[in-house]
Amino acid sequence: MSSIGTGYDLSVSTYSPDGRVFQVEYAAKAVDNSGTVIGLRVAEGIVLAVEKLVQSKLLVPKSNRSIQTVDTHIGVATAGLLADGRHIVNRARDEAENYRDIYRIPIPGKMIADRVGHYVQAYTLYSSVRPFGASAIIGTFDHDGPQLYMIEPSGVYWGYHGCAIGKGKQVAKTEIEKLSLDELSVVDAVKQAARIIYAVHDEAKDKEFELELSWVTAQNKRHEFVPADLAAEAERLAKESLNEEMEDD
Amino acid sequence: MDRFSGNFDRFSDLFNPYDSNPTNANHAIGDFTKCTRKPLVMGSTVLGLEYQDGVMIAADTLGSWGQLARYRNESRIYPVGNFTVLGAAGDMSDFQHTKHMLDSLMIKEYYTNDDHVLSTPHIYEYLSRVLYHRRSKLDPLWNTYVVGGYNNGERFLGYVDLLGTTYQSSIVATGLGAYFAQPILRNAVEGREGILTEAEAIEILNTCMKILFYRECKTLNRIQRAKVTADGVEISEPYALPTEWSFGEGIRGFGTQTQ
Amino acid sequence: MEVGLKPGEISLGTTLIAVAFDGGVVVGADSRTSMGGSYTVNRVTDKLTYVSDRIYCCRSGSAADTQAVASIVTYYLQLYAIQHEEEPPVRVAASLFQELCYKNKDALSAGIICAGWDKHDGGSVFGIPMGGSMHKLPYATAGSGSTYIYGYCDTSFRQNMTKEETIEFVKTGVALAIGRDGSSGGCIRLAVITKDGVQRHFIPGDQVPALGVI
Repeated sequence: MSSIGTGYDLSVSTYSPDGRVFQVEYAAKAVDNSGTVIGLRVAEGIVLAVEKLVQSKLLVPKSNRSIQTVDTHIGVATAGLLADGRHIVNRARDEAENYRDIYRIPIPGKMIADRVGHYVQAYTLYSSVRPFGASAIIGTFDHDGPQLYMIEPSGVYWGYHGCAIGKGKQVAKTEIEKLSLDELSVVDAVKQAARIIYAVHDEAKDKEFELELSWVTAQNKRHEFVPADLAAEAERLAKESLNEEMEDD
Repeated sequence: MDRFSGNFDRFSDLFNPYDSNPTNANHAIGDFTKCTRKPLVMGSTVLGLEYQDGVMIAADTLGSWGQLARYRNESRIYPVGNFTVLGAAGDMSDFQHTKHMLDSLMIKEYYTNDDHVLSTPHIYEYLSRVLYHRRSKLDPLWNTYVVGGYNNGERFLGYVDLLGTTYQSSIVATGLGAYFAQPILRNAVEGREGILTEAEAIEILNTCMKILFYRECKTLNRIQRAKVTADGVEISEPYALPTEWSFGEGIRGFGTQTQ
Repeated sequence: MEVGLKPGEISLGTTLIAVAFDGGVVVGADSRTSMGGSYTVNRVTDKLTYVSDRIYCCRSGSAADTQAVASIVTYYLQLYAIQHEEEPPVRVAASLFQELCYKNKDALSAGIICAGWDKHDGGSVFGIPMGGSMHKLPYATAGSGSTYIYGYCDTSFRQNMTKEETIEFVKTGVALAIGRDGSSGGCIRLAVITKDGVQRHFIPGDQVPALGVI
């Protein structure tokens, strides 16, 4: 950030001379500092996993969820400022309801990503607003099968087979690339997601974290948290694989 | 002055006694319904009762257009969540509107993700407030609803109409069912809710629906049943009931005629 | 409220039929537009109205109201096709008709059949009668002429008819209604909608089958 202090980074309505909007890049930094969030798309569904860093031992377990449901068939996991993430999710819910009111069918993945993407982008245009310090991974199951999208603070969004954001995104992306996603079952995808989150967690810098796991499967096409027994199993396997790794080292 | 000869005949634009189209229904001048609206595609009776495992409701599958049996495969029973069922009589467009509204409500409820779901009394209360609100705007939803459910071991059966009038009872009947079915239901069900078996409940509803088929003009012998028990909502496929007509065979003329 | 025509309004006293078959739908209508029940304003009307490349609607009731509604739905479906990068499903088109007809039921006199083909459901038919309810049906009839052919439809309609049989069923139905309904008449127009496109048929007034003894 060589240009810090030159005055071009104070507002999203000011470009730097080399054509950048620094406020948007800073917003992306806010996302990079957060716990890792990943999304996997396999043939029979999508899986979302979050490394939710626990700020205080006084917090009630499972509070401040960062995976939320939109309509019934969409899961949204956010990374970055939690409150900004909630705002994005609220907007996504409004868009999903609006779509249902007009067309009387559940909103498809690419439409929710498109609408929310436009909304996020609008916050990069005006000096009176701050861009969202949050990214959203959207997972859903529609007419065309499982869908996975990620929206960044700039408003851009792409469809993915697998994606990762937050502190551990580099390692997580490398791990996801090693998976053969097309052949994975959803249950195995849950286990892999848990393993990756555990693998990228930095014990030295961040003490506690909670693993959030959710999915949308071909079976009922509803977004729901992974059943407790499977989540526990996935978490157990993840810890096991972590220990093995340490022994190898 | 009407210039068209087609309207000079006795079936002029004022009154056509043979017209069965409800859009042309003739109302007296100043009839209050003119200020609100006319229901068009209509469903008739819905029946409901409580029995030992939960509640059961029944309705035929007719959407009437005036006297015309226009839509004969119109489901008037709809599940709301996993433990509530809604039966509708009256205007089918308003029923479809209500279904969409309740779907939206259930989606919003799903967001909280706190393992709490709207139970039947909540849905019933919501629905009754909506209906009362609409009648207060002089724009009623032209329906009578039967809401049945089973939550945490408790049966629920309630009635709410286009004015927002509500009551809960172990038996409920709308429309002509209030005249033909209600007395039978009272005798068969009241005081025995806890001991009625599923087979007995089905038998009682089948009997009532059969009598309604005999005596109500706007019905079909094609009904659906729904039950709500601890296992959730189950709505049957449409089915027909056996009916009895043979006693009419020997009847001759209207009085003393014998052949 | 005023359901029904306003004084002097042009009505589509009509016969409309739409039937789904495996792979598409056949929609058919007569071609008479009349005024006040006795004067034929147009004897070669086209009542089969385009709303998207694979979806047509058939209009009955007030010509003005139904044209306005169909135009609005056409606009919405164009928007849908662009935003979704695919043709709209028939269910969506029917829902849009329903929304407009239900929300404005006090002002409109419109009975509509919406039929077409989409990749999810194949051929499908929806009836949206006055009042704004929506009914998915194997086949639908509407308009003043339809009341005269309920008996014909109940006895002649069969599930799983071929395309040719379906065309014949619709053609005969409209011909029978034209024969008995003063508000229906003229020619028979048919449209066959499949995944390959819309194929139009025209049976001129002098070639409409004359059915019945006298």
